Amino acid sequence: MSEAILEIEHLIKKYDELTVINDLSLSVKKGEVIVIVGSSGCGKSTLLRCLNGLEDIQGGSIKLNGEPVLKASKNISEIRRKIGMVFQSYELFPHMNVLDNILLAPVKVLNRKKEEVKDEAMTLLKRVGLDNKALAYPRQLSGGQKQRIAIVRALIMHPEVLLFDEVTAALDPEMVREVLEVILDLADEGKTMLIVTHEMQFAKAVADRIILLEEGKIWEEGTPEEFFNNPKTERSKEFLRSFTYKRKETVNEYADL
Amino acid sequence: MPDLGLEVLFKGKNFIRLLGGLATALEISLISVAISIVFGLVVGILMSFKNPIVRALTRCYLEVIRIMPQLVLLFIVFFGSTKALGINISGTVSAVIVFSLWGSAEMGDLVRGALESVAKHQYESAGALGLNRIDTYRYVVIPQAVRRLIPQSINLITRMIKTTSLVLMIGVVEVLKVAQQIIEANRMSSPNAAFGVYLIVFVLYFIACRPLSIFSEKLEAKWR
Repeated sequence: MSEAILEIEHLIKKYDELTVINDLSLSVKKGEVIVIVGSSGCGKSTLLRCLNGLEDIQGGSIKLNGEPVLKASKNISEIRRKIGMVFQSYELFPHMNVLDNILLAPVKVLNRKKEEVKDEAMTLLKRVGLDNKALAYPRQLSGGQKQRIAIVRALIMHPEVLLFDEVTAALDPEMVREVLEVILDLADEGKTMLIVTHEMQFAKAVADRIILLEEGKIWEEGTPEEFFNNPKTERSKEFLRSFTYKRKETVNEYADL
Repeated sequence: MPDLGLEVLFKGKNFIRLLGGLATALEISLISVAISIVFGLVVGILMSFKNPIVRALTRCYLEVIRIMPQLVLLFIVFFGSTKALGINISGTVSAVIVFSLWGSAEMGDLVRGALESVAKHQYESAGALGLNRIDTYRYVVIPQAVRRLIPQSINLITRMIKTTSLVLMIGVVEVLKVAQQIIEANRMSSPNAAFGVYLIVFVLYFIACRPLSIFSEKLEAKWR
């Protein structure tokens, strides 16, 4: 791991009076996998949206390789090419088949040759086990398949950073694994990723660093071992407790009957 | 077989006249449709603006046109223009004006609906792939909006063709008026002609509108 690729300094994001991200600073190194966890409404998704210039920010700065990421800036689409984002609701383009969904951006935005990108697309599809679905339309695919296609669509742009915004939250449990395995594979490959998820086992497996976001701030951060085994703050203990279940030990009044 | 009085159609140029009436009806509706598509796009884009004044104005326009029966609109334009403005416009021109006003309002609402029906996330995921604003509209938003728009606008066009049957009330001789004339002229010799002639009018409207419905069904099946 070497230099910082993404530098967030004193980021502030407000919706009218409501402060969602409150003076947040974070530096992401090349090849690092950061998992962001936190209760709902803590600003996780908003943070990712800011990093991709989908939200205007009220203070601080976000820099990708030293270049500012700003929604209002003229070259924002150029910067977004270097940041891949996968959404909870897949957002494949319903009027295009799988292959056209994947080819649109490299062909129209990067002006790459269709034949060459097609070969690459097929290789990537094979890797996620969907090369037989290249000509299918999104409506013919399951949620897990759609999400893997959405990941391929982001990958083909060769982004420097990948953002995953609760990509399994809308999936049936049996489809979660097929998507998360693709992401694990990308982590092994050394991709720089920021992942928002509620899957704690997955977070433990994939993360180099875990961040607990609360009230728009980094409340606690550390390696998965530190975070899951020795949480430092009361907030993170409470957060982790919310994933375990236990029956209350009540006296069974009818035991003797 | 009951006597439908169909023989009146073969008297003189009756059938050709009936077809001429249909041509007038189609002429009024198709000119209006062409105008409505152009202005409907403009109205629709205006309707999707966030500016409250623009929204209120376009909303008023749509509601007024929708609430007012087409026949009342025809009377207002045809008689009102002479009374209030002192100009004399023909029934056909009045009809085109009314149908264009109506069509533009309805088409505008369809365009607005189609644009709004493309989810905000579609814009975002196109943006996240590095597509600029123009490319996002060109490759992602407009193709989806058009797919939703076409079946509904064909429905509107069919309604506009059918509603031209009202323009006989302002003296335009279209297919229904010709039919009435033929029936009246043959009241003594073929008292049953009303059945046959109106049946033929029905068939003519059907022939004019059905291909549009088929076209729309085909597109819907293709784009499902």
